[in-house]
Formats: sequence, C-alpha cells, structure tokens
Amino acid sequence: METFAALAHGMAVAVQPMNLLYALIGVFLGTAVGVLPGIGPALTVALLLPVTYKLDPGGSLIMFAGIYYGGMYGGSTTAILINTPGESASMATALEGNKMAKAGRGGPALATSAIGSFVAGTIATIGLAFLAPWLVDFAVRFGPEDYFALMCVAFITVSATFGDSPVRGLTSLFIGLTLGLIGIDKLTGQARLAFGIPELLDGVEVTTLAVGLFALGEALYVASRRHHTEEKIEPVRGSLWMTREDWKRSWKPWLRGTMFGFPIGALPAGGAEIPTFLSYSTEKRLTKHPEEFGKGAIEGVAGPEAANNASAAGTLVPLLTLGLPTSATAAMMLAGFQQYGLNPGPLLFAERPDLVWGLIASLFIANVMLLVLNLPLVGLWVKLLAIPQPWLYAGILVFATMGTIAAKPSVVELSMLAAFGVLGFLMRRFDFPIAPVVVGLILGPIAESQLRRALAISLGDPIVLLQSPMSATLLGIALVALLAPFVLKGLGRFRASED
Amino acid sequence: MTDLPQGPASRRIDRAGLVIAFALAALAAVLVWDSRQLQTTTMYGMGPEAMPVVIAVGLGLLAIGNLIDALRGNLPPRESADPRAVWLILGGLALLIAIIGLGGGFILATSALFVTTSAAFGRRAILADSAIALVMTTLIYLAFDRLLTLSLPTGPLERLL
Repeated sequence: METFAALAHGMAVAVQPMNLLYALIGVFLGTAVGVLPGIGPALTVALLLPVTYKLDPGGSLIMFAGIYYGGMYGGSTTAILINTPGESASMATALEGNKMAKAGRGGPALATSAIGSFVAGTIATIGLAFLAPWLVDFAVRFGPEDYFALMCVAFITVSATFGDSPVRGLTSLFIGLTLGLIGIDKLTGQARLAFGIPELLDGVEVTTLAVGLFALGEALYVASRRHHTEEKIEPVRGSLWMTREDWKRSWKPWLRGTMFGFPIGALPAGGAEIPTFLSYSTEKRLTKHPEEFGKGAIEGVAGPEAANNASAAGTLVPLLTLGLPTSATAAMMLAGFQQYGLNPGPLLFAERPDLVWGLIASLFIANVMLLVLNLPLVGLWVKLLAIPQPWLYAGILVFATMGTIAAKPSVVELSMLAAFGVLGFLMRRFDFPIAPVVVGLILGPIAESQLRRALAISLGDPIVLLQSPMSATLLGIALVALLAPFVLKGLGRFRASED
Repeated sequence: MTDLPQGPASRRIDRAGLVIAFALAALAAVLVWDSRQLQTTTMYGMGPEAMPVVIAVGLGLLAIGNLIDALRGNLPPRESADPRAVWLILGGLALLIAIIGLGGGFILATSALFVTTSAAFGRRAILADSAIALVMTTLIYLAFDRLLTLSLPTGPLERLL
C-alpha cells in the first residue's frame, strides 16, 4: 500500500503544469528523433544535457524519460514505413511491419504498434512502480563489494553475453573503461592518462563521447556507404483504424510481448533485441495464420513492439533502484542524474521521493500523450521522413556539435568530439557494438571506487569479494555470463538465426 | 579506409584486423607506462595505479583475441566505403574547429560543417546550402542567446546581431 501512497504523491508532482510541459516536450522530441533515421534516444538525451543543466532537475528528468519512451514509439514508425529500423530494438518490427505497409496495411500496422506500445508501457510502468520499492529495500543492505559485483554482471552481459562476438563486445567495453580512467583520481588526486593536457584532468565528458560515437559516427558511416542503399518510404495507405479482427489478433501478442520485455529489460541483461526477437518467434509459433508470416502478419508487429516498450520501462528498474544503466539510453539518463549531483539508488528513493515518484508517475502520463501523438498525428511524423538526406544529416551534425560548443568551446574538446566520431565510424565499419563504450565510461569509475572502498574496509584483503554471499553469487553469474558465449556458440548467433 | 578487402569474409588474413589488434596492444602499453608515474599512497587496498594495470591486462588479452580473429579471417564482411564522403565530413569538422579556435564564431563554424556534410551526402548546390546554413545557425544562435541565455562563441557575424 506504500506504493499507492507514493505513486499518488508522485502523480501530484507529475501533473504540475511545468512538469506536464516538460513531459510533452520530451515525448514530442522523442517521437521526432525516433522517427528520424540516424538519431536515437541516447543521442537526443546527450544533445540536451548541456542545454538543460540550468533547468530544474525534476522537470529535466521527466523530459529525458519522455524522450526515452517517445523514441521507442517513433522508431517503430520508421521501421514500418521505410524498413530501416532506427535502433536494433525495432528490427523485429520491421520484419512484418514493412511487409504490411507494402501490402497497403500500413495504417493498422502503425495502430497496433502504437496501441501495443501503450498497453505494454502502462503495464510495465505499473511493474516498475511495484518492483522498485521492493528492490530498494533489498539494495539498502548492499555493501560496496556487492555493488562492484553487480556492475561486473552488467559489464559482461552488456558487452559479451548476447552480442555477435564476445571478443568485439569486450573490446568495446574496455575502450570505454580506458576512457573512464582519464582524469584526476578522486581518491588520491593524481592525474591518470592526462598527458599534461589541462582539459583532460576533468575526464572525458559522457556527452562528448556519446555525441561523437552516435551522431558523428553514424553520419560518417551512412555517408560512406550511401551508394549501397536506397530508401523507399511506403505511403500510409488504408484506414488507420484496426478492424475487429485486427484487435482480436493483437491483444494476446501485446500481453505476451510485455511478459517478455519487462523482466528481460529489468535484469541487467542489456538491450531490447532479445525480448523483441523472442516475442517475434513466439508469435510465429502460436499464430493461427502461419501463412501470413513473412508477408505481413499483424501479430509479428504487435508482439515485438509491446516487448520493445516493456523492456524500456524494465531498464528503468535497475537504473532507478541500483544506479545501474543497462543500455546506452539508460547510461545517458544516469549522466543526466549526475549532472544535478543526484545518484540513483536506494538513497535517492529515501532522500528525494518527490523526484523519483514524480518521474515514475510522469511515465504514465507520457504513455497517454504518446498514444495521442502517434495515432492522429502519424501523418506529421511521416513528413519528417521526407527531409532530404543531405540536409537531415547536415542538420544533425550542426545540432550535435552545438551541444559541445555551448558547453566547452575549446579546440581540445571539439577535437575529442571529432576523434570519437572517427572511433564511432570505425566501430560501425568493423562491427564493434557502441553501447558498451558508453556504459564502460560511465560505470567504470563507479565500479572502481566501489571496489577500492570495499578493499579499504577489508584492509586490502580481496577475500571480502567472496565472503559476502550476494557478491560471491553475482561474481559467479558474471563468470558464467562471460564463459557461456564461448562454450555455447549458438547464443551469440541468436540474432543471425532469426532473419 | 580505402584499400580494405571487400566481399564476404574470406579465410584470409584480415589486415585491418591486424591493425586493430596492434592498436589495442599499444593502448595497453600506454596504460602501463602512464600508471608507473602514479604514486602509491594508499596504506590498504588498491591505489590509483591498480585499475589501469587491470584494464591493460584486459586490453592485452583482447588484442590477442582480435589477432586470432584477424588471422582466421573471422571478421564480419564489409561493404566498400566511399572515402570522399568521409573526408568531406572530417574536413568540415576540421574547419569548424579552426573557425572556433580562431574566433570566427558559432554561425560561420557550424555553417561550414553543414555545407560540407550536405556535399558529402551528394548535394552540389553549395550556394543554396550556404544560405540555408547561415539562416538556420543564425536562428539557433538567437534562440540560445535570447531564450536559453547560454552563450555560444561569438565572431564577426554574431556581433552584428
């Protein structure tokens, strides 16, 4: 019952006019960037961080969460209409959704994905509201060694366990960890990897890294292989409304997708790809219309879209209760908290309940807003897809560099941005995943300080990591997660086998 | 990024993969070298030099892993890339950095990047794009300056506003 009281209090915070406005701006921006190919929610939050540091923290975080949810809705529109999913989480949607659009059923495809996202987002946000206090009660007993072990699990699962190649995933992670070392060591005040450059003493800005990797890297990559692809926008034909038959075929996939998405998102298992593809293959198996799969079956859109949104809400569970980001967007949101000196975790629930519960309550409002924004206004978003590619990417780069120019207009900082852009391009070219770099940069220094704190308490005895049952279990899980992809070759091929 | 092997992954040695493995090993060496100038002042537990060494060991192992992939030709297939487009955008970024560094201001710097990026994506109308870029960046500058009260670098154009 505590949860209801807290949620009611949070709702009172969320319906304040300013916070409603922030939520509206967030979902609007989120949908727009989700629709635009080439920018995802992680990049949008990164671009907004330097602009929002003067604003009220509660409102900004509500806006960031709106961007996160909105990006998920918008990404599905692009996946359905031009078959170039903006982010990997929409890949499953593109499989059937684009076929539906080609067959003139783009309207119902967009509708089932928007309504399914709403259903899944709402159920998963309820799950978040009830799971979070329980997990917080559990997490207050965590010692520094337990946190360190938990972060090890996140490092491994985000980089090694579910990717195409554990070696390339871990390489990305270690590049991020290396970047995290740069700057003054907080415990002893000594400079690491600064090479006498004063700008490096503060460390690498998360926003500079994210904007370089995501915006510049993506623009360079798309420009370099422009001659390979031709995008074709499918016009939205037919009624936007779903028939009775469509509803009947959609509601079960929505609920099943939610059941896949929320738990997998809430575990530090990284990424929404796994639940979306699990949902896709489940619907393919359970459908009464197997002949339609591959030609545009509505179940194949409804299920993965629901799984996608539910896992986005699930990702907020470890982020808010443990301070543990398990996706690039969650890492950027953690950077958003840190910008205001806030550290997500059990303490934040105790110290700033208005902020945390206001944020959770605003997610319900954001979902309603997104349903309204996406169904009647879908024509507006489709127009965004018609922006010519040269202007689109030129504009993206202007906005991308603008954030850094506004925050730190120095030659060193801008050169770092350009260097990260080249890094992002090369990583895309050679198929290294990007998210582990961002997670490594932001979580690496936290993991190091937790480990050093644990070892200082134990007077330098590393056995402390195994004496706490929690920490020992988690380290065991991390080890299994690290070795599993090498032992079971099939796990890494999970994605490849689906398409 | 010009003379990379193309087509599906062959069982031949991948030269780009060798470069990646070498770069990771070099990065590990830099970490170890840098950690040696740190002083251990901690009485118990880890000093600041421990984590760089741990990460360096990890990078070293990954260099070996990448080397094995490269020797086996296990890298995923790559499509041919258009170096001209990449250099155009990088040139735009270099222009942007130079203009900001020399005090040319936000509008000129980002307009330069806009025009080169647009050209990299195949547009040929440099004059029209320049006009669009100048109008757009001027509007952004005004929005930042007047609405958000955040200061962007000023140059000759900004002082006229």
